[in-house]
Amino acid sequence: MNDDKTATTEIVDLQELDPVAWVEKYADYLYRFAMMRLRDEEVARDLVQDTFLAALQQLAKFEGRSNEKTWLTAIIKNKIADFYRKQSSKNLKELALVENEQLDFFENDNGHWKSPHQPQPFGLDADNPLLIKELGLILDACLKKLPALWFSVFSMKHMDDLASAKICATLKLSDSNFWVIMHRTKINLRACLQKHWN
Amino acid sequence: MKGALKKIIYNCKQATFLIEKKTLGKISAAEALQLKIHLAGCSVCRTFQQQSILINHLFTSFEPEEPTLDNDFKINLQQRIEKELNKN
Repeated sequence: MNDDKTATTEIVDLQELDPVAWVEKYADYLYRFAMMRLRDEEVARDLVQDTFLAALQQLAKFEGRSNEKTWLTAIIKNKIADFYRKQSSKNLKELALVENEQLDFFENDNGHWKSPHQPQPFGLDADNPLLIKELGLILDACLKKLPALWFSVFSMKHMDDLASAKICATLKLSDSNFWVIMHRTKINLRACLQKHWN
Repeated sequence: MKGALKKIIYNCKQATFLIEKKTLGKISAAEALQLKIHLAGCSVCRTFQQQSILINHLFTSFEPEEPTLDNDFKINLQQRIEKELNKN
């Protein structure tokens, strides 16, 4: 009885899925989704492909409660989280670096900015779209220099507005490590922007 | 002024940490007050705060230079999907 019911549901659901049209309908959308979060063309392409192939394997599990696009988006989100997780497990040593490099920006005894590292105004009109675009390109180059773990933490927090507890669970970080990384990442990005802007 | 409070109020490392935590999470009322006092007297950290928010904005409004996949890749992918479907 139960088996019959499951089989019926699957048939109905399968009618709502049209894998032959996926590439045309969703490939660019999923690619952009991954690019926004990973900033790496190769990885983003691979994840789009992996997502479709994984979805094909899971056709029978699709439950019709969400539509095709939402379902595929959920799959690529998981793939992105897996990618972050792999990156971060490779980079446990980076955590030690976090604390060491902190000494470079601030005085050890009182926490004041060291004078060469004091933030200077960029002297730009933040409403000028051309300047903002230019600054965005510099930021992109700066992001590529970040340790993978820092980038993962920063991207997960900003792009998906995830609760920090969830990010910590995914990347196996403590709450205090999470905030140390967020702080360090921002200080680094800001310094990198200033260096290449002026 | 108490030692601990004084230390924090003049500490830019701690102030920038609180700026990040406040923007993206939560800080306590005591921390918020410390930060407010620090920022009132520290123009360097006020600059940091402005630029920190600008960076968040730049990051989330990013547009890829090549926002779409190339055709060869798509054709290839399409073929793979059809092949997989025909297996069943």
